[in-house]
Amino acid sequence: MIEIGLGHYLSLGAIIFFLGVIGIFLNRKNVIVILMSIELILLSVNINLISFSIFSGDIVGQIFTMLILTVAAAEAAIGLAIIVIYYRNRGSIRVEDIHGMKG
Amino acid sequence: MLAHSVFFYFFSVIAIFSSLMVITSRNTVNSVFFLILDFISVGCLFIMVGAEFLGMIILIVYVGAVAVLFLFVVMMLNVAEQKQSWFIGKKSTHIPIGLIVSVLILLELLVVVGGWKYKDDLMSSSTLNLSDISNTHQLGLVMYTDYILYFQLAGVILLLSMIGAILLTFRQRKGVKKQSYFNQISRNPSSSIELRDVESNKGVKIDD
Repeated sequence: MIEIGLGHYLSLGAIIFFLGVIGIFLNRKNVIVILMSIELILLSVNINLISFSIFSGDIVGQIFTMLILTVAAAEAAIGLAIIVIYYRNRGSIRVEDIHGMKG
Repeated sequence: MLAHSVFFYFFSVIAIFSSLMVITSRNTVNSVFFLILDFISVGCLFIMVGAEFLGMIILIVYVGAVAVLFLFVVMMLNVAEQKQSWFIGKKSTHIPIGLIVSVLILLELLVVVGGWKYKDDLMSSSTLNLSDISNTHQLGLVMYTDYILYFQLAGVILLLSMIGAILLTFRQRKGVKKQSYFNQISRNPSSSIELRDVESNKGVKIDD
């Protein structure tokens, strides 16, 4: 309990990953909260990579964390741009209104 | 050991609580506030555990750019369910929740700055302090040599996303007079200057 090891950090990452996945199912009506849940999932992956990198003494995990941060930032920018133009064209971004492709 | 567990539990409890609030909050603006708090908690945790560069990247780039971008989009689209005005309405919860989040962020930053002297205690539990060079130095030594291809690819991804975002949200408005560079450059005197003889006691009609 008082000795913080790798397992504590992995547990933190697992809990945040779990909360992100739950958030996707819980907020089925709001696209922006779904995007934020995806950000939470990516953050938990970063926690895992950094804790493995720290506790096993290998710096490469931190480099991959930086690449994940890059991809997450790009994904957030593109996703928010898509949301903005969808709202501009349709006037609503509620998930049940987005059925243009009949999927 | 004790300092490490105190820091770990402090930041991780706040991180778990705020990520719980992100997914359960009814109001999207409050969700973004708690997302910012979550990023800051995890960034402080990274700083304390020895990955200072990535912790600062999360604090600066993630909180400063990505989370605030979320906040801008939420505020611009008015997707939150509330119809009343934001700062006057009685049911507005932005001010108290914003205050709570700001106080927690200030507290975390104070803990990070104040606990900096216990950092050696934290580092002793890990094995990455092989040498006396800093974390940023270590990252730079590896990133610009062995992983230069991935670094460049990350730059290409960022450029691509920037072009995509601009292209998606670019909109040409009607009725706006714009410069046409090609027409400006391709003018010549014969097509743009007209000489007229002006008779006395009579004017010249322009733009007929």
